[in-house]
Amino acid sequence: MKTKGAGGPRINSEPKKDIWELRLYVAGQTPKSLGAFANLKKICEEHLQGKYHIEVIDLLKNPQLAKGDQILAIPTLVRKLPPPIKKIIGDLSNTLRVLVGLDLRQRM
Amino acid sequence: MAKEKTKLLRGGLQKVPTGVVGLDEITNGGLPKGRPTLVCGGAGSGKTLLGMEFLVRGATRFNEPGVFMSFEESAEELTKNVASLGFDLNRLTASKRLLVDFVHIERSEIEETGEYDLEGLFIRLGNAIDSIGAKRVVLDTIESLFAGLPNPSILRAELRRLFRWLKKKGMTAIITGERGDNALTRHGLEEYVSDCVILLDHRVTDQISTRRLRIVKYRGSTHGTNEFPFLIDERGIVVMPITSLGLKHIVTSQRISTGIPRLDTMLGGKGYFRGSSVLVSGTAGTGKTSIAAHFVDAACRRGERSVFFAFEESPSQIIRNMRSIGIDLQQWVGKGLLQFHAERPTVYGLEAHLASMHKFIEEFKPKVVIVDPVTNLGSVASEADVKAMLTQLLDQMKFNQTTILFTTLTGAGDPLEQTEVGMSSLADTWLLLRDIEIGGERNRGLYILKSRGMAHSNQIREFLLTGKGVDLIDVYVGPSGVLTGSARMSQETRERDIELAHQKEIERRKLNVETKRKALEAQIASLRAQFQAEEQELKKLTEQEKMRQNGVSQLREKIAGMRKEDENSERRNR
Repeated sequence: MKTKGAGGPRINSEPKKDIWELRLYVAGQTPKSLGAFANLKKICEEHLQGKYHIEVIDLLKNPQLAKGDQILAIPTLVRKLPPPIKKIIGDLSNTLRVLVGLDLRQRM
Repeated sequence: MAKEKTKLLRGGLQKVPTGVVGLDEITNGGLPKGRPTLVCGGAGSGKTLLGMEFLVRGATRFNEPGVFMSFEESAEELTKNVASLGFDLNRLTASKRLLVDFVHIERSEIEETGEYDLEGLFIRLGNAIDSIGAKRVVLDTIESLFAGLPNPSILRAELRRLFRWLKKKGMTAIITGERGDNALTRHGLEEYVSDCVILLDHRVTDQISTRRLRIVKYRGSTHGTNEFPFLIDERGIVVMPITSLGLKHIVTSQRISTGIPRLDTMLGGKGYFRGSSVLVSGTAGTGKTSIAAHFVDAACRRGERSVFFAFEESPSQIIRNMRSIGIDLQQWVGKGLLQFHAERPTVYGLEAHLASMHKFIEEFKPKVVIVDPVTNLGSVASEADVKAMLTQLLDQMKFNQTTILFTTLTGAGDPLEQTEVGMSSLADTWLLLRDIEIGGERNRGLYILKSRGMAHSNQIREFLLTGKGVDLIDVYVGPSGVLTGSARMSQETRERDIELAHQKEIERRKLNVETKRKALEAQIASLRAQFQAEEQELKKLTEQEKMRQNGVSQLREKIAGMRKEDENSERRNR
């Protein structure tokens, strides 16, 4: 999969000043949420180095925030910026689908 | 909690009243407390409304706040939709008795990248429940999650967990589900929610729609198993649990006037029984409505409230027509004693008619109810359905000791004694109006086919509509058969003539005898006078004779005196 990172540089060259704002919704320190955060971190370092910002929201601590982004599934990754808003659910273990979901890679 | 548990054990299944009219009756108290109930049905069958009413009634009547989690409509849309039913969601939301949460899932925005769960939904729902201390929850329609989220197997497991969680939290919940092709719900929700399942149905038969509700199952409780018609109107959902009434009504032997004195006499002199059912059948134009109007008029005169359900004529038409026979119904409408309820039978289905009549009666509480004519309802339903509906209506009437008079129209050529939907067995009193055709004219005849529990006349009466109302008169029954109308009148005239002739003859004879008597008396008088004259003469004669004899003796003495010798001779003789 990493070999298909060829698409990375292309994206890197496209949006220059854009900062990617990502929000990861979790509920407590479950294996799934921990896994999701680790996977996300890895992907971002690989494809969006230096221009991303991850905010982790624990719904157990702030349950009222679930309404705002229409969160049902946990974990959910929300791409706030750049628009449009994208939602990716699951533990982000399927890297290819995460890249597609974030528009970092064209659908095959 | 512990207290609640012991209570549960002692009292069996606890129930939560829904506040929906009629539903609590057929479920014997409401939905299972602290458990989820599945409400399924097709599009537009009233699932959302049932859920919403459950929450609104809970918040306003039973002091149980509720959370409405909508997966289809936004809070604004919902508020607008139910406002027409008198539910003010904004007010309830502001007072923290209701919380509407719109869960919106856009499939195109979502990419699945691995294992997930619905913890977000749990947290969200839990937060909503805690924020207002909710006791009731509605999830409408949770199945849309299947369209919005990938991986159905995860969803299934999560939904199972959700229902368990709701149970653990003690929430009385309604979960709605779209009706599936061969199953109750499209995604088999009934597998998870198995305590109570309610099926809503919206059927269209012959272009007439009817809504029905059925309790498919209710674990641990008895419930009505029939399909119950229900209605959605300005006061929400109204379910008709009327079949549950049965034949348990208490009867009275009180009698009430029919409004037609002669008809009262025919019915044992007192009229109908209060709380009985009266059937007036007849062909077109035989005066069925007039009999009904008389009855209503009499009831209003007694100060009793009446309702006139008209399925053929408008109220003003009935009022105008009845005025022509001297019955002023307008005054009773003005005094609030009489209410008309006129509708074309085809405006909605039979159940809706029944429901609206039922509700109308419950509200107005009339003592007398008229349905004119009940056969018109046959145009929107089968005969069996009309009969079933009428049975339900009658049960309700009898339960409230309301007298019902319903008319049925017998079609031309139909057997007279067979009502269209076999309703005769429902009637306690059956008045049959019929045309009697003699001598080129049609006249109306009335007779009482039956009247349960009272002595009644077996006579046919001619039925006249006069300017002073209905008049019942004896028909002519003679050697030439039953005569009515002008035939009766001419026959009566003929009889009167004969009678008159008879009387004249008698008078003549009387006069004759009188003259004879007078003549005889005169004769007697003359005879007596004759006799008297003769008597007089005889008297005279006797007197004369006496005088004569006196005269003779005097004379003799005189002569003797004159002779003298006689004295001597007499002495001598001595």
